[in-house]
Amino acid sequence: MADLTRLTAAELSQKLQAREISSVDVTRAHLDRIAAVDGDIHAFLHVSSAALATAADVDTRRGDGEKLGPLAGVPIAIKDVLCTFDMPSTAGSKILEGWVPPYDATVVRKLREAHLVPLGKTNMDEFAMGSSTEHSAFGPTHNPWDLDRIPGGSGGGSAAAVAAYEAPLALGSDTGGSIRQPAAVTGSVGVKPTYGGVSRYGAIALASSLDQVGPVTRTVLDAALLHDVIGGYDPRDSTSLKDPWPSFADAARTGARDRSLKGVRVGVVKQLNGDGFQVGVRDRFAESLEVLAAAGAEIVEVSAPNFEYAIAAYYLILPAEASSNLAKFDSVRFGLRVNPKGGGTVEDVMAATREAGFGPEVKRRIILGTYALSAGYYDAYYGSAQKVRTLIQRDFDAAFERADVLISPAAPTTAFKLGEKLEDPLAMYLNDVTTIPANLAGIPGMGLPMGLAPEDGLPTGIQLMAPARADVRLYSVGAALEALLEDRWGHTLISQAPELAVAR
Amino acid sequence: MAKAELMDFDKALELFEPVLGFEVHVELNTRTKMFSDAPNFFGGEPNTNITPVDLGLPGSLPVVNEQAIRYSISLGLALGCEIAPSSRFARKNYFYPDLAKNYQISQYDEPIAHDGNVEVELPNGKVFQVSIERAHMEEDAGKLTHVGGATGRIQGAEYSLVDYNRAGVPLVEIVTNMISGAEHDAPELAKAYVSTIRDIVVSLGISDAKMERGNLRCDANISLSPRGSGKLGTRTETKNVNSLRSVERAIRYEIQRQAAILAKGGTITQETRHWHEDTGVTSAGRPKSDADDYRYFPEPDLLPVEPSEALIAELRAALPEAPAIRRRRLKEAWAFTDLEFQDVQNSGLVTEIELTVAAGAAPAQARKWWTGEIARLANLASVDASSLVSPLHVSELVAMIDNGELTDRLARQVLEGVIAGEGSPAEVTKSRGLVVVSDDGALIAAIDEALAAQPDVLEKIRDGKVQAAGAVIGAVMKAMKGTADAARVRELVLERAQQ
Amino acid sequence: MSEITNDQVSHLANLARIALTPEEIDKLTGELGVIIDSIAKVSEVATADVPATSHPIRLVNVFRPDVPGPTLTAKQALAGAPEHDGSRFKVSAILGEEQ
Repeated sequence: MADLTRLTAAELSQKLQAREISSVDVTRAHLDRIAAVDGDIHAFLHVSSAALATAADVDTRRGDGEKLGPLAGVPIAIKDVLCTFDMPSTAGSKILEGWVPPYDATVVRKLREAHLVPLGKTNMDEFAMGSSTEHSAFGPTHNPWDLDRIPGGSGGGSAAAVAAYEAPLALGSDTGGSIRQPAAVTGSVGVKPTYGGVSRYGAIALASSLDQVGPVTRTVLDAALLHDVIGGYDPRDSTSLKDPWPSFADAARTGARDRSLKGVRVGVVKQLNGDGFQVGVRDRFAESLEVLAAAGAEIVEVSAPNFEYAIAAYYLILPAEASSNLAKFDSVRFGLRVNPKGGGTVEDVMAATREAGFGPEVKRRIILGTYALSAGYYDAYYGSAQKVRTLIQRDFDAAFERADVLISPAAPTTAFKLGEKLEDPLAMYLNDVTTIPANLAGIPGMGLPMGLAPEDGLPTGIQLMAPARADVRLYSVGAALEALLEDRWGHTLISQAPELAVAR
Repeated sequence: MAKAELMDFDKALELFEPVLGFEVHVELNTRTKMFSDAPNFFGGEPNTNITPVDLGLPGSLPVVNEQAIRYSISLGLALGCEIAPSSRFARKNYFYPDLAKNYQISQYDEPIAHDGNVEVELPNGKVFQVSIERAHMEEDAGKLTHVGGATGRIQGAEYSLVDYNRAGVPLVEIVTNMISGAEHDAPELAKAYVSTIRDIVVSLGISDAKMERGNLRCDANISLSPRGSGKLGTRTETKNVNSLRSVERAIRYEIQRQAAILAKGGTITQETRHWHEDTGVTSAGRPKSDADDYRYFPEPDLLPVEPSEALIAELRAALPEAPAIRRRRLKEAWAFTDLEFQDVQNSGLVTEIELTVAAGAAPAQARKWWTGEIARLANLASVDASSLVSPLHVSELVAMIDNGELTDRLARQVLEGVIAGEGSPAEVTKSRGLVVVSDDGALIAAIDEALAAQPDVLEKIRDGKVQAAGAVIGAVMKAMKGTADAARVRELVLERAQQ
Repeated sequence: MSEITNDQVSHLANLARIALTPEEIDKLTGELGVIIDSIAKVSEVATADVPATSHPIRLVNVFRPDVPGPTLTAKQALAGAPEHDGSRFKVSAILGEEQ
């Protein structure tokens, strides 16, 4: 039998429906792959002991003639920020080590209802704070393209899992780029949907007004198939949108089939490409523009002057909301408890627990957020940041007057070395320069491969952005661009990743 | 607890002008909680009326209860407030183990209702206009039980236990503007204000409004301003005031305590004080300080509330009449004298009497029982009369008297049983075996015995002095231990006199 | 350079209930100064005429009908608790006051 881990979710879906393969076969192949390579990659924090049983159940249902969704029987990895009632959910933090929630996140429930097979939980920067997965309390994830390099973050575990063929699909969460930036540096595909397009219920909150759950895959079509499963209104999330959504998979299939961008206005954001971006990233981006133009797209330059303030606004809004969201980790109802030496009051126990349970980046952002919300500073910091948010939305509104989709590199550089930026928080924050504006404005964005940087042979990613609620454009344009680039290269980008050593 | 030095109340008022302010928390009686679909019911088994939202579990999210919004708007309208075209929720951040998320979802700079006015009538007939600053929505916290230590209080406890059943119960907090000019009436005004708020929420049907159960809680702010100084004093905030009479007592106490300190040249500490029902004193809590930095910010998990004009009009049209108008109407309907009605008002039992009358009792009877026996028992137990017995049971009791099943004296025994939780009046009557003796034979025997002891009575009756029968009736009732129907005894005695 | 002092960081740590070590306070004081300097620029463009945006997608009046749903059992509620007495969560003595 061919290596089932090399197939896309769409291909697996087809073979499962044709009963050429069973879900147990597919699931076992991925569990074997995890056993073989995850010692080096460390994409998983927990591997499900129920996966094979779940797969067998799907096979039985299919055998019984039950009508199943397109992804039924396809395995999936779940970012550890999402609550699962049958697996620990730690958000990469020691303070939640071993915590098993009494409920499923809405997206996880939807996966189960669509009969996908959860493989396990993936590594992440603690509480999704970071761009490298180095802030995980359980050790970093390694980039499958180069084990000495970061896989991006915060969702490095999910991106590395799909890039290393440990899972065909994964779920991520994106607060400032945590799905799109890891996609860029691992040669995979990641989508941050419109804010409210996918339920946040059961996603351990980092910054409530920025967080969004989305698909992490190796192809645009797979992302679309997964988005079709997890999207839609959830009454448990007040910010959930009631909009009817079109089939993203249909849009992706049409885009890939037609390979035409005739009449599509593609806006290049002036402020998201320039000095400070790696040469190979800029070259590949220029090449992608040529490909788009050759396919009939009308390339226009748009200016978003207030993007200059995006990172500053983001690093006020995020820590402020996070400082409040993370207050619940207090040793009373769940999670770690640390008793100070010689006992102490409940206040002392809370403070000792949070000191021991949170890593340095989490503490840094909590203190920063506490400062930003303090009486006397609120207007200058948090209040001003919320105004910048308005200005950034206006910039996007103006840009989308002139363009149907916007594009930029998905990350300013290729994957950097583990440890390289760990001691320089500000440099780390700059990794998200291209992705943050979309979160501030709530619009959807996609990261997908645009080739290897000549200077280091590592993957680069392009970012597509669409107006709020127009996620479907990402899939039609993204699938077309993906197909055109692969036609040009003669292969997929991910196929160029080095083979990993296999543990026995 | 060391008893603070107090100044005589009248003397305190000579030297200082009291300035009051109230924050009244009203628990709404919606079916579910403010932000979760857990039943809005606490008590019972700890930690069972909760969802992941009430426990603040990671990943859980709040969703606003629509009924709580409607109730809050109705309350705002009844308080004469303007309803904000756009209001929103905010997070109030502070750590406390009964606060599941370590922030309370409340409203801050954009409350749902603001700028209202409530007319409050005092026992002496004076009417005050209390100006309402705002009414805002928020969620209640869980309940702490302190274990170890002698008092069961927080000081000296070894550890505490947390039950989150109450966490997330919807509250509306009503905040007044500063009230000056109450002078000697300040304690009575405090009581009358809270009583008026209680009447309003009961008439709206949006809260059970039982102070002893914490459905209605009052934090009373008070400061003293030296006469002629034109300067505001430092205020204290007294919490834990769980009955109408406590509101009055606590205000009186704080005026006397603060006056004693100020008169000696001391200063008042701006602090929270706790009222102790048993000892009738307040004790110092945490001082207010810079540490109270609640870091309010708009709740990102919730959206603005923007009620339509149509909704506000609908709720306004459905408002019950204002308490002042209601008072006038009830006084007329019940045909009470000024004095009688004043008496009812002072007792704070207008609503109870109204509900008792609505259940079928005659107004005079309802008044007699509530302001008489029930009020007496409540006073003995230092609780509010409304907490002892339900209007429905009082009405049942009155009906049983009316149709001769009970005498007044038996009814008092039945009432005790009802208060003791033995059941409804009918059930208590049955279980205690309290039956009116209507067997004329037994009554006649007792009458004969009484007449034998007072042979001149029949003669007096025949001479037209009918009131002389009273002595015999009294003796018979005593002999029958209250089980006789006094009216029947009287009939029998008069019959005998005519023989 | 922002005027962030050790005392300020230690006050913030207290508000945030984190028992930072003196070394952490030192380090964070420096880092916070640098970060705040770089993010303070938001006030350059946040003029009075610009409204604040707290939600990226504007929605209003999102409500839930007042209908009870399923609840957790006490066992489920307490399952993740560091300490409990079988029905309630247990915490150390509370310094402070009754609320």
